[in-house]
Amino acid sequence: MRVTDKDVSYVADLANLDLTEDERARMLRDLNSILEYIERLSQLDTAAVAPMAQVSDRYGVDESRQGSDRFAYAIRDDIKDGLRKSLPHEVAVANAPDTDGTFFEVPMVIER
Amino acid sequence: MAATTIEGSRTAIAERKTTATALAEDYYARIKKADPEIGAFLTVCEDRALAQAARIDSMAAAGEPLPPLAGVPVAIKDVMVTSGVRTTAGSKILDNFIPPYDCTAVARLEAAGAVILGKLNCDEFAMGSSTENSAYHVVRNPRDKSRVPGGSSGGSAAAVAANMAVATLGSDTGGSIRQPASFCGVVGLKPTYGRVSRYGLIAFASSLDHIGPFANTVKDAALMLRTIAGRDPMDSTSAEVPVPDYIAELEKPVRGSGEPLKVGVAKEYFGEGLDPEVRAAVEAAIQKLAELGCEIVPVSLPHTEYAVPTYYIVATAEASSNLARFDGVRYGFRAKANTLSEMYRRTRDQGFGMEVKRRIMLGTYALSAGYYDAYYLKAQKVRTLLTRDFDEAFKKVDVIAAPTCPTPAFKLGEKVDDPLAMYLADIYTVTANLAGIPGISIPCGENHEKLPIGLQLFARHFDEATLLRVAHAYEQAR
Repeated sequence: MRVTDKDVSYVADLANLDLTEDERARMLRDLNSILEYIERLSQLDTAAVAPMAQVSDRYGVDESRQGSDRFAYAIRDDIKDGLRKSLPHEVAVANAPDTDGTFFEVPMVIER
Repeated sequence: MAATTIEGSRTAIAERKTTATALAEDYYARIKKADPEIGAFLTVCEDRALAQAARIDSMAAAGEPLPPLAGVPVAIKDVMVTSGVRTTAGSKILDNFIPPYDCTAVARLEAAGAVILGKLNCDEFAMGSSTENSAYHVVRNPRDKSRVPGGSSGGSAAAVAANMAVATLGSDTGGSIRQPASFCGVVGLKPTYGRVSRYGLIAFASSLDHIGPFANTVKDAALMLRTIAGRDPMDSTSAEVPVPDYIAELEKPVRGSGEPLKVGVAKEYFGEGLDPEVRAAVEAAIQKLAELGCEIVPVSLPHTEYAVPTYYIVATAEASSNLARFDGVRYGFRAKANTLSEMYRRTRDQGFGMEVKRRIMLGTYALSAGYYDAYYLKAQKVRTLLTRDFDEAFKKVDVIAAPTCPTPAFKLGEKVDDPLAMYLADIYTVTANLAGIPGISIPCGENHEKLPIGLQLFARHFDEATLLRVAHAYEQAR
């Protein structure tokens, strides 16, 4: 068993999930089964291998330039002519579960 | 009248044999009749569709030149946002979400004249391989209604297979276009990472997510790709790489006067777990490619067995971060609670389904202190090895041929209680997402139960032209 009950509670807490008892039991079983399968990655010696975060590092990069200029391809065109207009206020809050029209309203954060 | 190709629909409208409005109404009638049994659609948007159809009809009536997808009835996987049209990502947490803007791919289809019929069912947040994780209802495979359509873009594949749309858009993070295309007997294309903007695609795993088309023919898939491809300033990972005229490329013979095209076959894709009938159909397809003048070359992709474990670390880690935004504050479902922290936790617990929670948990675990190096960093390094495998193979060959899936469509409910068995359905597709190379699934036969089998082809980064050319040649010769 790689993952224990305690781990499940800790990770659920990190992920802001309020799991039921039944869900915790299933999570314990499933995470252990999946991690056991994933364990085969340790068969590979990767000491000398560079990590790859994303594919777009492989194209578009201008290797002749330094720093952020290397990634010039990724700069948004609209920045050159000033910022694009953002969503109108009423559109931005239109999907909010609770709003006073100006702000998103949420339950109490700090006890008075 | 039933047009099943883009060209057929557009030509019928251009020649005034039908109107875009009549065609849209015909498709809505089909959806009304067939979809209660299939379950492909979550939302239809008749007002938007008929307004677009009327625009096309007035252009046709005025004798104006029609755009390339004029009047073509299409539908969109419900993970792409549509302005003013409910978008759920197959989740209860977005049950009432009305996006304020359009996904770039959707906007480009509409600008090219396509008529958007509605939004298609999928696994919740595109997490699944059978569409059984939809928070709404299952999708049944039109070829055998006791079976899954595949996933996560099950609605997109089923809608084309049941002729409830001429073409559709899906998303593919680990095979979610190619696998359902294979299960439903249609064409499904995952382009190169960066070929199609992801702006407006609800993020699952940002470094692996792709948008791509489903269609009845390779040519239609090419027409759809041509429309949605190309740099978009709203997605910094969309590439500044010219988009070729894929239709012109399709017409080129696979065997010209020069060197023959080389098709690689990797033994790692024909190993244990491959259904014998799938193997036979794919081997026959490769034989057909040889008869067409392609040279068949053995290649090796030695790290293939590590692809699924690598994928399930990278994908869940990214998902755990991307899905942190669903907290009940700015949009979507909110659970009742007395404090903010309680509100977050209850909202997410009640709003997300079991598979989404499982992946958030796995991803959070893999990124947590003490496990980051052992899991996430390790997986990123193996991702390099998997990508190098393809780099080496593509020094020798132009495309690689493989099965899309180890088996034909499985039964509804068959794998629903075994997440690992479900993950292994993606064994031949996840590698292309990790490496970012384009892949296509095209029908290559049926098993003894008349279930479709898919041939998968891969090509070099941004070489969809060659991929489509070989796929088209095979399709024509079959």
